[in-house]
Amino acid sequence: MAHISTLILLLPLLGFAVVLLNGKNMNESQIGLVATGVVGLSFVASVIDFVLLLHRSDREVTVQLFNWIDVGTLHVPAALLVDPLSITMCLFVTGVSTLIHLYSIGYMHAEKDYKKFFLYFNLFVFSMLALVLANNLVFTFVGWEGVGVCSYWLVSFYFDRDSASSAGKKAFIYNRVGDVGLLVAMFLLFSRTGTLTYLGVFEKAGTLTPTVATLVVLALLLAATGKSAQIPLFNWLPDAMEGPTPVSALIHAATMVTAGVYLLVRMSPVLALSSSGRMTIAVIGGVTAFVAATIATSQKDIKKVLAFSTVSQIGYMVLAVGVGAYGAAIFLMVGHAFYKALLFLGSGSVIHSLNGEQDLRKMGALAKFLPLTYPTFLVGWLAISGIPPFAGFWAKGDVLTNVFAHNKVLWVLAVVTAILTAYYMSRLFVLTFRGTERFREETHGHEPHESPWVMTTPLVILAVLSVFGGALALPWVHHDSLANFLSSTFGYVAPIASQSTLSQWGLAAVDIAAALIGLAAAFSIWRSRYEDEKLTPKFLEQVWYWDNFYDATIGRPLEDLAVFSDAVIEDEVIDGGVMGLAVGIRRSSQGVRKIQSGFVRHYALAMALGLAVIVVYLVARVG
Amino acid sequence: MHSSLWLTALLVVPLLGASGAALGRSKQGLAYAIAVTSASVEMAIGVVIFFLYNSHVAGAQTFDFATRHVLSAPFGLAYDVALDGISLFMVELTAIVVLLALLGGRDKRREPAFVSWLLVLTSLTMGSFIAHDLLEFFIFFELTLVPCYFIIAGWGGKEKNKAALKFFIYTFSASAFLLIGILYLGFSHQHQTGGVLTFAYGVLASTSMTHSTAIWLFVAFAIAFAAKAPIWPLHTWSPLTYAEAPTAGSIELSALLAKLGSYGLLRFAVGLFPLAFADVRPVLLTLAVIGILYGSMLACVAKDLKRFVAYSSLAQMGFITLGVMSGSKIATVGAVLLMFNHGVITIGFFLIIGFIENRRGSYQVADLQGLQGPAPVLAGVFTVVMLASIGLPGLSGFVSEYLILIGTFAVHAWWAVVGAFGVVAAAVYLLWAYQRVFQGRAVGANASIPDASTKERWVLVPIVVLIVALGVFPRPVLDRITPSVQQLIQHVAPSGVTK
Repeated sequence: MAHISTLILLLPLLGFAVVLLNGKNMNESQIGLVATGVVGLSFVASVIDFVLLLHRSDREVTVQLFNWIDVGTLHVPAALLVDPLSITMCLFVTGVSTLIHLYSIGYMHAEKDYKKFFLYFNLFVFSMLALVLANNLVFTFVGWEGVGVCSYWLVSFYFDRDSASSAGKKAFIYNRVGDVGLLVAMFLLFSRTGTLTYLGVFEKAGTLTPTVATLVVLALLLAATGKSAQIPLFNWLPDAMEGPTPVSALIHAATMVTAGVYLLVRMSPVLALSSSGRMTIAVIGGVTAFVAATIATSQKDIKKVLAFSTVSQIGYMVLAVGVGAYGAAIFLMVGHAFYKALLFLGSGSVIHSLNGEQDLRKMGALAKFLPLTYPTFLVGWLAISGIPPFAGFWAKGDVLTNVFAHNKVLWVLAVVTAILTAYYMSRLFVLTFRGTERFREETHGHEPHESPWVMTTPLVILAVLSVFGGALALPWVHHDSLANFLSSTFGYVAPIASQSTLSQWGLAAVDIAAALIGLAAAFSIWRSRYEDEKLTPKFLEQVWYWDNFYDATIGRPLEDLAVFSDAVIEDEVIDGGVMGLAVGIRRSSQGVRKIQSGFVRHYALAMALGLAVIVVYLVARVG
Repeated sequence: MHSSLWLTALLVVPLLGASGAALGRSKQGLAYAIAVTSASVEMAIGVVIFFLYNSHVAGAQTFDFATRHVLSAPFGLAYDVALDGISLFMVELTAIVVLLALLGGRDKRREPAFVSWLLVLTSLTMGSFIAHDLLEFFIFFELTLVPCYFIIAGWGGKEKNKAALKFFIYTFSASAFLLIGILYLGFSHQHQTGGVLTFAYGVLASTSMTHSTAIWLFVAFAIAFAAKAPIWPLHTWSPLTYAEAPTAGSIELSALLAKLGSYGLLRFAVGLFPLAFADVRPVLLTLAVIGILYGSMLACVAKDLKRFVAYSSLAQMGFITLGVMSGSKIATVGAVLLMFNHGVITIGFFLIIGFIENRRGSYQVADLQGLQGPAPVLAGVFTVVMLASIGLPGLSGFVSEYLILIGTFAVHAWWAVVGAFGVVAAAVYLLWAYQRVFQGRAVGANASIPDASTKERWVLVPIVVLIVALGVFPRPVLDRITPSVQQLIQHVAPSGVTK
């Protein structure tokens, strides 16, 4: 078991090393094969590990790799914790990664930096696995930062484009703000419990005072808002769409951006200690889900719609965490990984067929030209909209039911968000695949062509998963539902008065109604038009002016301060003051004597002579 | 206990090299060959010492390779050297710096003189780090100004004279306080014991003094070291000096001589005046975090790359000061490790800036753009160095920064929290600089620069190796530093030993 778990982690790193050291002698298809192969093998190892874990009575296995940092009372091993939560994460991370690697072989074909792309991709998978497999917070931080830097590289992949390099920088810096939260959480936990391993912290969590527990939870939440693009740090994610589309699918939809949710779920025994902390988490999640959904209704770029949709869906996950529905959060995370990866890859296929066009207004009627992309995208669209029996319906329904039991206000907000979700996704679907052809200019009159098999195969597999993904957590299908499997890793959750069958059916009906309302509205509006200023107001298109607000309140004042410091404080106040003082002391003690460079030169020479004398003296005495 | 001759060799080899280079000036390139050879021998000795060093010499003492010869009893002058886990890594850094500065920052103008000064400087710096006697330390410390002055004034840029003068006056004035402090301490010890005048570190550490005397002495010491490090607000010599110095000079100054400041602060100010520690600590911790934030801010708007590194170093020295003044064992170990790591990182920065300057004739940010296109290897190495400086886990900078912050938090939470925002700031200024210099579309002269040559790559390899190795496997270093820091903290702030 220890060896297999180590293999899960190290295989992608091996791929990275092989391509890094031997990439010069490899052609494109060999690089693609190695990079995809190692991730695929990592998936196989995850499956084996999963089966092994299922047959154990004790489902918490710690695997020591080596002793990383060891100073005084601070012991930080590089060690893995294999338990139901981490293995679930491994399975879907490696599974979805394999498919997206495969897709990228086709998508990135003939790109100049093909090799670099796969290097970063493999390194990303390694980092992501380190993040979820680590047995302590510091090692998790290794993965946490590793995925961040891979995201930086991949967002600014086309580095000669200013928008791309700025977006990469923005993503990294926003994440760093969140990282302060994770650092502070670690500092607090270490100073209070003396350990940073998950199991150690959980064991001593009871000794935390309520204030400290709340501070830790809030610090973790800050970390999660950075990595998982939640309010107030969400607005880096839409810019991150500058990266190649497989990057958006893998990093900015399916895996990395869910890391914040994973962290919160992982730390659920600490979350259990602070109800005010959990409430804050729930509000942040609910509000983010709503705000991002409103923005998604007014975006003109196909990838931007999907980006805000991701923010919104992660908002649901965070909301689920906030109400203690950890199982539902992970269920939605897995389901979302399937259908959002599918939607992104599908949009990539669309963009590919239109020579790089991403503007929804220049698409339309693509259904008949893309015989595989179209039906698979249709599945993804229905899944995210919450139409039964697709995965999204079950996963989102699970979240909504739990929210209903805890807080009716947040539940209403979540249902409104569900309507918006169905609306913006249907708008995207209609503008892309239905209606009139508006793309001839971009394709120079040619007909769009379907993508090669390496790109469409992942689409088909993800579509199948999006259809049947709901089965993961249906208790009447099999006893070992996802929630049961995971429950041992969760912190204490106050039992909810279980819903009556009637109210369960009622809630499901509300969900379906919400989806249908949104869907119908979008069809009736967007079937006949592709542009409408009133329905895509500037306020929403400009992301509630969020960037402008940060720029005006933080960015520009700081820049002004820096420029002022450089010109005035540095040169005149500090330098003037210190040098003035030095000269003043000399003047008062030696009368008016100008410090000429000649004086210093002579002085330095005298010192040099002195040095020579001392050296001779020393040699004479010692020798 | 190992023979002190190893340490003597560290002093003598560069001096022999300097003499050889000076004598071999008639033949083209001979001086350089001699210099590189002696720097390599120095490095080899450094490696041997690393493996020989034994932190369990006698009792709780962690000084190895020690010896003491009184040279002149009436003046209290002695040759007294020893090495512990703290100075060990300063010695290693000194050896690495001179070798890489020679290999990567070769300056062919009046080469024999240039390499001789570099080697003399190396010997003096070695002397400062292994000195176990205050007066001896002061002599070495002060004499380093001489080769620095001549390197800057002789091989610097347009404003070299102004820079050299400013550097000299600044550090020379500040170290006057140190000399007064040392003499006062020595004489008051002599007065107390009625015996001979001595400046031996171990002996002076037991000088009894009043609380206020301790504070005054600490302040006198701290001024000299703060100007050297530099610690805000005594830093304004550094941007000009780093910018005007030749590449090798900038490397020596920022990667190495700055560490004399932080090392001195830890060893002599903190180590000798535990009585004052609690009182001056809030002041220096505050200056440290100001330095972190202020340095980061000015690095954002720096107009050339050398000033940029100067301000980023100010921020990094802020982290080091935070650790040194924390009174926590973990943070102090982190500070010592960061002194070494920051040294290596800074060599990387200045070497690459030097390579760029050689190609483009400029290190102004405004003149550079899109260099990643024509020079992916240079950009790649710069990225690694940059990420280490940002504190990316897996690279060296993280381990040290993390230890400093987590240790400081345990004793002074708020300073650590403010310091943690320095982690964000580092990402801002470094990524911004990277974007302006390496990203975007390269046009004109920027589009046609050659990538790193084979020789340049070999110079950069050790830097990348050290950055990755100490990020993944810092134990050999931490295990050597920790016992010595434990000793020091035990003496200064006993409650910090477990933190």
